[in-house]
Amino acid sequence: MHSETYSLEMKQIVKRFGPVLANDHVDFACKPGEVHALLGENGAGKSTIMCMLSGVYRPTSGAIYIHGREVKIRSPKDATKLGIGMVFQNFRLVQTLTAAENIVLGEKSSFWRGPGWMKRKQEEIEAIAEHFGLTFPAGRPIWQLSVGEQQRVEIVKTLYRGAEFIILDEPTSVLTPGEADQLFRTLEQMKAEGKTVILTTHKLKEVMAAADRISVMRKGRMIHTLDKRDTNEKELAKLMVGKEIAAVRRESRNRPAGKVMLDVQNLDVYGEHGRKALDNLSLQVREGEIVGVAGVAGNGQKELAEVLNGLIPWKKGKIVFNGREFKDASVRAAIEAGISHVPENRMKSGLAGSLGVVDNLLFKSYRTEERSKYGFLRIRGNREWSQRLVEQFDVKTPGLDAPVRQLSGGNQQKLLFAREIDRQPLLMVAVHPTQGLDVGATEGVHRLLTDLRDEGKSVLLISEDLDEVMQLSDRILILYNGGIVGEVSREEADRETIGLYMAGIAQAKEEAV
Amino acid sequence: MSERPAAGALPLEPGTAPAPRRFIIRLEIDPSRKESPWWMTIVSVLLALLFCAVFIAANGKNPWAVYEKMFTGAFTTEFGITETLVKAIPLLLCGLGVSIAYRIAVWNIGAEGQFAAGAIAATAVTVYFPDLPFYASIPLMVLFSIVGGGIWGALTALPKTYFQVNELITSLMLNYVALLLLDYVVFGPWKDPKGFNFPGTPMFTDAESLPVLGDTRLHFGLVFALAAVLLYAFTMRYTRWGYELRLIGANPEAAKNAGIRIKRHIIIVMIVSGALAGLAGMSEVSGVTHRLMYGISPGYGYTAIIVAWIAKLNPFGLVVSSVLFGGLIVGGYSVQTMGLPSSISNMLQGAILFFLIAGNMIAKFRLRRNG
Repeated sequence: MHSETYSLEMKQIVKRFGPVLANDHVDFACKPGEVHALLGENGAGKSTIMCMLSGVYRPTSGAIYIHGREVKIRSPKDATKLGIGMVFQNFRLVQTLTAAENIVLGEKSSFWRGPGWMKRKQEEIEAIAEHFGLTFPAGRPIWQLSVGEQQRVEIVKTLYRGAEFIILDEPTSVLTPGEADQLFRTLEQMKAEGKTVILTTHKLKEVMAAADRISVMRKGRMIHTLDKRDTNEKELAKLMVGKEIAAVRRESRNRPAGKVMLDVQNLDVYGEHGRKALDNLSLQVREGEIVGVAGVAGNGQKELAEVLNGLIPWKKGKIVFNGREFKDASVRAAIEAGISHVPENRMKSGLAGSLGVVDNLLFKSYRTEERSKYGFLRIRGNREWSQRLVEQFDVKTPGLDAPVRQLSGGNQQKLLFAREIDRQPLLMVAVHPTQGLDVGATEGVHRLLTDLRDEGKSVLLISEDLDEVMQLSDRILILYNGGIVGEVSREEADRETIGLYMAGIAQAKEEAV
Repeated sequence: MSERPAAGALPLEPGTAPAPRRFIIRLEIDPSRKESPWWMTIVSVLLALLFCAVFIAANGKNPWAVYEKMFTGAFTTEFGITETLVKAIPLLLCGLGVSIAYRIAVWNIGAEGQFAAGAIAATAVTVYFPDLPFYASIPLMVLFSIVGGGIWGALTALPKTYFQVNELITSLMLNYVALLLLDYVVFGPWKDPKGFNFPGTPMFTDAESLPVLGDTRLHFGLVFALAAVLLYAFTMRYTRWGYELRLIGANPEAAKNAGIRIKRHIIIVMIVSGALAGLAGMSEVSGVTHRLMYGISPGYGYTAIIVAWIAKLNPFGLVVSSVLFGGLIVGGYSVQTMGLPSSISNMLQGAILFFLIAGNMIAKFRLRRNG
């Protein structure tokens, strides 16, 4: 069955992480001298399959062939020997060593043999870098290099080790548009040298700009592999988000939405690295409605949630909540005004893993009269209150003092919701609230959100899971490049329309008209 | 493909490294283990004793006899016990000071300087307000030492919060500033004119000295130290502020989400941390030396760091570890009669810290059979 046209083939790859099936019988093949894009949403299984190619993970089952010969890749070292090099999203460089030292590091034949030897190595590296148009100051320590330069160091590292297959995991997520263009020109050069480049991405524009062939993955499965010539962004967007609408059960509200609770007007927010994360964003959330924010990750979701909760400042625009304008970014003001927040990563910013249940429940209410007096915590009252919440929200915990990191993900999330809902918030900002939860826990979280809505509270649901957004939201806003590019009501919501907005195509069309 | 490393691979992250095929057992970091078991501290101390025994034996002495002598010297006679407690007082106060900072991951290693700042400030009272009655001079000295130590702590906290200057560097460097300032005053303006050029201030009057127990040197500073322990324990457990500190220590990112202003807490904590070390400086000059003099601290501020780590920042553990280390210092003196230098206690201190840190590290590893 083996065909000579493919230099690398992965057949029927399955990868399980405990109960989670990350890759479900995936087939993937590359031709020599092509740029092959692996397209899919976050969590589609792109990185997992690439990690198996580079020896970071081992497949549960399936086979990998290189030039027609079956190979076992047990470690990154094995991968290097087979000519596979991977550039990870977060670089694996030693900050205090020079770029050249980083490249030489870990190579078997590279015990340091004096300054003369290092100088020759550096020249060798500079020659490779020059050849591929990947210039960087090889003699400088990594910490002095820009992110783009560091990425070039990583790429040259794979080339220096003689990689034939170069895997770039979300390469442009850290680059400025200019740097990205430069990277794509380099890919052309690498292609001309007969190298095979595989890049994983969820950005359609990049795929169309750089790739020769495109494989689309969704929910752990390989959907389709196409030639760039035979496809377009629209088709790819459809493939990426999928079409199955049938399974979505929609919760409808039992009364019409009330007055405007949250009114965000023309907001500009700058994120990390001075990048404009929210660009003239406006949105409204009314009482008694769930507004879903859909969008591909990295289009401003994180910043939107943070700015509403007072965690980061804004440059321009207004945030009016419950009829009052926020003067400046203050978490305390947001809490006291009645905004609840279920953050994206519960263990990173929502809970303190080493503290017990009571301490975690006190997070936002410990300043209130009921929880403390004259600076002293009401220890006994707080325990009773915690016990009530644990029972009310059905949190399974070994005890009130058990460190919450011992709880299961679903129970941690219940605990977080218990805390945020008990405060009787006027607005709930929930970010990826069901990430990593099993079906039962997911349903529980959904019920909590719809209950809040039915009580007349406002809910802003920011999620990458389109099914979730479509199932719960009364209105869906689509976030693209830091702005709201489209709004669909519950009735007219379908995956295709939303997918086009998410890819930034629909808006472009409107502007053209 | 066939060659393999000769030893078990040591993965940096779980799951990222391959399992060597031929080896049945391999070493892994278990991410779920954040704390080492309680007996690790005792094991570390025993290993440190064993380790130092080699050096004692190399000096031609019987390690067992030396340790016995150290123990009896520090813990069996009335003189030994009170002397041990005298050394434990500054260790406990400085140890509390650094513990409260370490609780929120502010790495204050400047207790030595804050101790000196407190001692200087307390002595300033005796220099500029002489002849006060004891009920005025002692409280004033306490107040001055707290303010002096607190200012020294703030000097570390402010650059950290406003300019992201690493506190390890500033607090360490400020130690030298404070110690040189101390040298300046005792060699210069405050030098006892009748002291035959001895680098020290005039002796304190009785009204400027802390009361002592009987005819021992054990002074009232012990009450300060124990009161501070209780206050620290109570604050951390029962107050809003203590809760905020626990939260910052457990997860600063989450604390931010709870609306806690971390910068402000860092400043306050560093002031408190410095104030406690400053109080230790006051109790030392007023309770033990009765004057400010050159070389007032044999490194209490540094030893306190070890004391705090051994106690795992637990207030009551601090009492135990500071007495242990006080005993180590006193025991070090008592082995001098055997012809060993007293710096043997420094060696033991260092070894204990080394094994403790190594033990905490090893506790995270787990041996696993390769299937």
